[in-house]
Amino acid sequence: MAGGLRLENANPLIFQRSGVRLLTANDEDEDVVDPIDDREIFDLIRSINDPEHPLSLEELNVVEQVRVRVNDQENTVGVEFTPTIPHCSMATLIGLSIKVKLLRSLPERFKIDVCITPGTHASEEAVNKQLADKERVAAALENAQLLEVVNQCLSTRTL
Amino acid sequence: MAADSALLVGLVEEFVSGQQDSKAADTATGIKAGKFTILQLVEALGLSLTSSQPQTRARAVQLLSQVLQECYADLSEQEVEVLIAFYENRLKDHYVITPHALQGLKALTKCTVLPPGSAVSMLKSLFQDVHVQSLMLAERAHVYNMLINLMGSREEELKGLGADFVFGFVQSMDGERDPRNLLLAFQIARNIIHRNYDMGKFTEELFEVTSCYFPIDFSPPPNDPHGITKEELILTLRAVLTGTPSFAEFLLPLIIEKLDSDVQSAKLDSLQTLSACASVYEYKDLAEFLPGLWASLRREVFQTASERVESTGLSALSALTSCLSRSVLNSDSEDSLNVFLDQVIKDCEHHLSEPDLKLVWPSAKLLQAASSASYRASYRVAAAVMPSLIEQYNNRTQCAHRRTLLEVVQGFVQPSKIGQSNMEDESVLSDFRASLCSVVFSALTESNAGLQVTATRVLTALAQHTGLLQQADVEQAVAHLTRLVLGEADATVSVAVLDCAGSLAKLHPAAFITNMVPHLKDQIFTEPMALGDGSTLCQEPSQHAVRQRCVSALAAVSSQPSVVQESTPVLLQVLSSAHTGSGCFSSEEVVSVCHSLQRIAEQAQDTEETSHIFHDIIIPRLLGLALQAALQGEGHAGPRSPLVEESIISAMVPVISTTCARLQPTLASQTASRAVSLFLDGDVSFLPDKAFPDHIQLLKKQSQYWSQSQMVCLLMACVCSLPRSVEVPQMDRLLAELEELSCSNSHPLSYTSAAKCYAGLVNKAPPGDSLESLIERTMKRVCSELDSPSSPQHTQALTLLMWVAKALLLRYHPLSTTLTDKLFSLLSDSELGTSAADGFSLLMSDSVDVLNRGCHADVRIMYRQRFFTENSAKLVQGFNSAPPEKKSCYLKALSHIVNNLPRQVQLSELPALLPLLLEALSCPDQGVQLSTLSCLQPVLLDPPSALITQLEALVSRLLALTSSPAMKVRIASLRCVHAVSRFPEHEVMPFRTRVLRALAAPLGDNKRLVRSEAVKARGEWFLLGSPGGR
Repeated sequence: MAGGLRLENANPLIFQRSGVRLLTANDEDEDVVDPIDDREIFDLIRSINDPEHPLSLEELNVVEQVRVRVNDQENTVGVEFTPTIPHCSMATLIGLSIKVKLLRSLPERFKIDVCITPGTHASEEAVNKQLADKERVAAALENAQLLEVVNQCLSTRTL
Repeated sequence: MAADSALLVGLVEEFVSGQQDSKAADTATGIKAGKFTILQLVEALGLSLTSSQPQTRARAVQLLSQVLQECYADLSEQEVEVLIAFYENRLKDHYVITPHALQGLKALTKCTVLPPGSAVSMLKSLFQDVHVQSLMLAERAHVYNMLINLMGSREEELKGLGADFVFGFVQSMDGERDPRNLLLAFQIARNIIHRNYDMGKFTEELFEVTSCYFPIDFSPPPNDPHGITKEELILTLRAVLTGTPSFAEFLLPLIIEKLDSDVQSAKLDSLQTLSACASVYEYKDLAEFLPGLWASLRREVFQTASERVESTGLSALSALTSCLSRSVLNSDSEDSLNVFLDQVIKDCEHHLSEPDLKLVWPSAKLLQAASSASYRASYRVAAAVMPSLIEQYNNRTQCAHRRTLLEVVQGFVQPSKIGQSNMEDESVLSDFRASLCSVVFSALTESNAGLQVTATRVLTALAQHTGLLQQADVEQAVAHLTRLVLGEADATVSVAVLDCAGSLAKLHPAAFITNMVPHLKDQIFTEPMALGDGSTLCQEPSQHAVRQRCVSALAAVSSQPSVVQESTPVLLQVLSSAHTGSGCFSSEEVVSVCHSLQRIAEQAQDTEETSHIFHDIIIPRLLGLALQAALQGEGHAGPRSPLVEESIISAMVPVISTTCARLQPTLASQTASRAVSLFLDGDVSFLPDKAFPDHIQLLKKQSQYWSQSQMVCLLMACVCSLPRSVEVPQMDRLLAELEELSCSNSHPLSYTSAAKCYAGLVNKAPPGDSLESLIERTMKRVCSELDSPSSPQHTQALTLLMWVAKALLLRYHPLSTTLTDKLFSLLSDSELGTSAADGFSLLMSDSVDVLNRGCHADVRIMYRQRFFTENSAKLVQGFNSAPPEKKSCYLKALSHIVNNLPRQVQLSELPALLPLLLEALSCPDQGVQLSTLSCLQPVLLDPPSALITQLEALVSRLLALTSSPAMKVRIASLRCVHAVSRFPEHEVMPFRTRVLRALAAPLGDNKRLVRSEAVKARGEWFLLGSPGGR
């Protein structure tokens, strides 16, 4: 955030954050099993920080609840995200952050699929391919610099 | 005399040749005692001072200087003159002598009899002969102290030196590196500036030599031996740099340059320095740099990720603007404020027309900061911004856009300090009054909750501008608020509407009395729609919710006496119709009516008028209704009045106790004596309704008449919350009857209230023999009940014991130990152990209705700590000696006590308690686990070292609890695991893999609340020790 640094998109659109999920009586009840639902997955990823702005992915509308699909029975989670501009160079990084966050936060039984919302990015296919490739994701996380940026996206903001 | 001089020679000899440093102090004592004079000392030193060995000369000068340091106050003017001349010469001598000569000179500068001219000559030779920066740390400090002393006493003479003095000082401090000396040097520089020394052509030099330290970057050594903080250095340096406008041309470019820095603390320091100097500067000092400063400020606020940088930047802009607002205009030049504001408006305004983009907020904040600086500035900004904001609001259709715009408007409308100081000025918003009102009213009719909430805030803010809103506006506003109270179901909107109504009602009570209260009343008494079949037709849920809102709204608007006078009769009417059964009021509604009355008692101004309403109307009415309900319940089997329900009668308690505690002590004492005569003698004369039977004996009733005996809680409310200065009549009789009731009655509310009432009175009773004998008597009775195995009144006796123990503990009464010891002994009782353990929670926590500071109880500070220190050993001992199946009671008691201790005490006591707490974590009782976890969690946020040595035990117990069958325990333990991740990295790193593996299981927990805690904890543990993590 140095003074002279130019941002790729200095004045992005910002969106309202959704409130905290409302507690229901079922949530407090020991005997009810709460299934993992779309909103829960969305809550996991909406607070991820954008690598460029001091804003969350939700505020930039990069992730939306309607683009989250979860099937608790079949153990699958699918997330589509929308880069703010079609040439956003951060798309892979954002995708990686979402993927890592879900890997760290979901039980192992889930198969996690993260990809770009169709038609919103110039190199959509390449990015999707990278994100789907387990070994490339693992290799990326071996890279200390990449891991550092991902971790920064995932740390809770203290400012 | 001869003996003395021999002694002196001996001392000198031992110091100079014998190298015994202590002899200097002895010599000084001798001189102070008058055994010998300075002159004699100099004579005795004669040989050494003229020695050919520089070391010897140095030693001699050292002795003289050290003695002078002690004895400078006794010197005569001639002596001083001679000594100064001597020392000035010594400065020219060998370099080993210089330090001691400086020490001597420093001592002389403290003399009050310094001859005229000597200060100047001293400084001249100092600046001429000494190169300060090649001296050692302590000697440099001598030089600075000399300057400080002389500046304090010889200001005129030093000013006579002209710019040479400044030059000399600049040379002396140039290159100083030690923070201790820097503090002294900055102090001198500040004196030079603030006391108007002539800086001549050395202004820039003085600036250079100080500003080279800006921004200060200093971290004190780890153990911080000198107690110098970065903050201290920053503030002293800032005082120098911002001290004079003549630094402006140098300082402002420096600030602009440092704002470019990547270091956040440098940015902050620069911005704060800018704010500080703007309060000293005038337009002409700033003029040249305004464009550059504005560009930097705008960039910082637009781009920063840090809220601190943003807010500091905004206050710097405010300071700049107010500086410009102060400046006097020349007839021929442009208005500097307008020129600057035009620039600000030009750069920010266009962002306001893009309400969905990120920069709308920083722009709005910049404009608001500028406008808050002065009346003129706010006028100018409002004129430029308001019309376009209002127009946009009217043209946009999306709720999100409108809301953003309205929030921006709110920022401008929010009254600032400046606005209030200019009361007589017309509000800057008066031109926009009509359009602002129409915007607010249209937003209030929208269906979007966020928009409505913001609109209520804007309305509140508008009302704070004195004289802005007209009568018609207020009436319209009240109409809107009333409509929302009646019709809006959204919880956040309701809260906002009530807040707004509350603050408006303070300013315009009349409008609320005529336009809101009657409508609310009508709505409350609207009969729910009859279904025709006559069955339990009451309360479709929405009708219920509307009534609730009306009742809360009545409370919210009642702060002025005139409104209280109108609103409380409505609430009382609800109570009486609930009692008679008309109007279909549910118990919850009646309870919320009581809450509203309580709220009014809390927030109303303590005036004669309001107090009369409460003491003479509301309380007698409440007591009367409760009594009627209680009497009616007996005998015939018809439907009972809802007013005997425990929830309702308990809700009446705080109404009465708040009134008695808060409003007009004289009236409260009258209420108390009426209540006592009602309860003791059945005196009903003050109750509004006269139709009562003759022999009412509320305290004597047996358990089957619980509806009468439970009224003792109302007695408690009347007599236990009085200020301590008010005396309760018939104390002894009252106490005796209460004791009897609490021990013999079997209705829980009745005996508990009686015990509480008894305790509340005991807590305030004057100390002395009568109190002690009273307690001993009670104690005897309680013990005999508890000790007789067959007694059916165990619980009652225990309850009385706990409350009386609490009452005495709070006031540090010596007998409290007897009672608490009895409680400790009950922990091992098989029947009462658990209740006794829970009693410690009652003992240590604040109770809501009695024995708290709000009730004027005698509560000594730190009674919890005291109780803990006196008793923790007993507890530990009891735990160790108890049989295994009874240990859990001790652990429970312990966790109740520790939980209520202030954190500071928890931390200091933790090492001793840790083994026990860890034991408690593996205790099977879930209640114990939970309360221990909740006590550990805050401690873990700032871990004491004692915990770190027990990490292994702690972590394995916490991880085991994450699979507990109780969901609350799982959640609490996960929170603790989360907190452990914040421990020093090297301590917890070894556990990382194990914790991550263990936390994989709760990620798949059945309960969502558990999963979300697990996610948080696991995420933090992943970041631990990872690049970019922590």
